[in-house]
Amino acid sequence: MTVATFEASAPFHIPRWLAPFVVLSFAYIAVPFIGTNYLFEAILLPFLALSLAGVGLNILTGYAGQVSLGSAAFLAVGAFAAYNFNLRIEGLPLIGSIILSGFVAAAIGIVFGLPSLRLKGFYLAVSTLAAQFFVQWALTKFSWFSNDSASGVIDAPSLSIAGIAFNGAVGRYIFSLTIVSLLTFFAYRLVSSQTGRNFIAVRDNETAARIIGVPVLKTKLIAFAISSFIIGVAGVLWAFTYLRTVEPAGFNLDRSFQILFIIILGGLASIRGAFFGAALLVVSPLILSRLGSFLFGDLFNSGVLDMSQRIVLGALIILFLILEPDGLVSLWDRIRKRSVARLNKRKHVGRAAQPTQ
Amino acid sequence: MNSMNRVLGGPATAYFPADIAAERQGLGEPVKPLSAAQDTALGLDGISLSFGGVVALDNIDLAVRRGEIRAIIGPNGAGKSSLINIISGVYRPDRGRITIGADRFTSVPTQKLARLGIARTFQNLALFKGLSVIDNVISGRAYKVRSTFLAQVLGLSGSRREEADARGRAARILEFLNLNHVSNRLAGTLPYGLQKRVELARALVAEPAILLLDEPMAGMTASEKAEMAEFILAANREYNTTIVLIEHDIGVVMELSDRIAVLDYGRKIADGTPEEIRADQGVIDAYLGVAAENIDGGGI
Ligand SMILES: Nc1ncnc2c1ncn2[C@@H]1O[C@H](COP(=O)(O)OP(=O)(O)OP(=O)(O)O)[C@@H](O)[C@H]1O
Ligand SMILES: [Mg+2]
Repeated sequence: MTVATFEASAPFHIPRWLAPFVVLSFAYIAVPFIGTNYLFEAILLPFLALSLAGVGLNILTGYAGQVSLGSAAFLAVGAFAAYNFNLRIEGLPLIGSIILSGFVAAAIGIVFGLPSLRLKGFYLAVSTLAAQFFVQWALTKFSWFSNDSASGVIDAPSLSIAGIAFNGAVGRYIFSLTIVSLLTFFAYRLVSSQTGRNFIAVRDNETAARIIGVPVLKTKLIAFAISSFIIGVAGVLWAFTYLRTVEPAGFNLDRSFQILFIIILGGLASIRGAFFGAALLVVSPLILSRLGSFLFGDLFNSGVLDMSQRIVLGALIILFLILEPDGLVSLWDRIRKRSVARLNKRKHVGRAAQPTQ
Repeated sequence: MNSMNRVLGGPATAYFPADIAAERQGLGEPVKPLSAAQDTALGLDGISLSFGGVVALDNIDLAVRRGEIRAIIGPNGAGKSSLINIISGVYRPDRGRITIGADRFTSVPTQKLARLGIARTFQNLALFKGLSVIDNVISGRAYKVRSTFLAQVLGLSGSRREEADARGRAARILEFLNLNHVSNRLAGTLPYGLQKRVELARALVAEPAILLLDEPMAGMTASEKAEMAEFILAANREYNTTIVLIEHDIGVVMELSDRIAVLDYGRKIADGTPEEIRADQGVIDAYLGVAAENIDGGGI
């Protein structure tokens, strides 16, 4: 009887599209109404831009196994390219500038990806630093990139698509959310395609991949190009929807590390992981500063805050690398699996308890 | 060999789709050629390789006939794996030539290996640990992929057809190798014996003309070995796949192979049918004498 009951009650199962659907509905419909200005400006806008950057880096590092410390360079390329396309090409719609800036970042990504054809791991990571320093240097050195403004500062243009303006906090949030959703969907399709399998094959065993006919060099360059494209667009969002005023110095090595930490904490080779990691990185400093000023009052000034943030972040990373190397996303999956199992058990027990006809 | 014939039968027929079998026969390949140079699927001429001072291979000649199971045996460090690594382009020989079908190489271009009709497995597992079993096997069709990443992301019909075709073939191979119950597991989480089998599946799905197997049964239990031997024989019979087999288990080797080459310290000391090898005094002295007491290869 027990067996029959087990088969009769279909196990509680969550369809794959449900979670993204619920999250997106909530993000589009509920959040604009319940969100405060602070929520958009200090949390959601940086969260979206950093998540997208994390998705981009995860394609390169998490899936294709090519470690990069140059993410901030590609953020900067995206931001400055979009600024210049928008400024210098008459009549180019904003969305056109954004797409073109992605292509510029992709092209530069391919150039700085070329060392990956010979270098691996640590050596490759060091070579990507070249991108980091070169881009920052070029943007500071040639004031043309910032339209000759003082110290290379650029201001975001007004955001409008097809005559609809997205300049308020909610508008910029919807704008950013839409681009992030589209590119995330693209990334999801990519990593579950044959090309995505090739990424993992190259990462897990390059020799075996080459032997079965994976075009290893091409695969690496595709990973660099797509990753840089996505990070470039994330840079546009960072500059145009979040900060509104940026300078090259804002895209320094710290920012590159921040994005690397996002995917390590969130989970390597996981699209969702980038969002988990970005959420943690955006929210934890805010919590820390609240907690600090609550506990220590005025003693907890910005210098102390900055230092304690670094310490907490460092500790978190060490903790994760030891206890949860697959990141927040695997923690989340375990919790979810356990609760689904519990639900199924309860359902089963409930049915079994009923009298049989 | 005869005792192996019995165990075949069943699964082998389900494994190879009729269209492929027909395609192969259409090529007019003789089922089991007996001699003649043009029946050579794979040839090595005067191959030498050394690592620093260590001579791994010394002037090796080897001919592999189309459709045969060719074993390479020899003690540890004899140079067996090095030989397979040279055939698959992982190592570049210091001297000598490699003939694959009609092509001659001084070093084999690895990235073209699959298109040349060669697939291989590795002595040390070389699966993609982060991919599921079925995705590992599907990736064995990578050399056939024509669609661009954009076509794949957009799900254009050509790429969808490719994907469905590869998935179908992978599923059939998994079924044949009794692996379908693990097809969605991450490859890295499987026990060793199964991982070895997944590697065979990944190689077979490419439908290679020549299959190089580097110790496919190492570390397996007796029953796992017997099963693996069946699969190898089936691949040879049904696909007419030429097989180069490195194996320490002399019993299995004698049973499976048509011809055996014996390496010792990088030199080929004997080459012939199992009967000839068994009777060869040089081989007995260098290798089989020890093996007689270790028929399972445990001591070698
Ligand atoms: N990549 C390498 N670098 C240096 N030496 C190597 C390398 N590969 C093989 N060798 C050396 O070449 C010789 C032959 O090694 P090989 O792996 O071909 O032997 P084998 O017959 O496959 O042995 P086993 O039965 O242990 O697998 C050994 O002395 C080995 O140490
Ligand atoms: Mg070996």
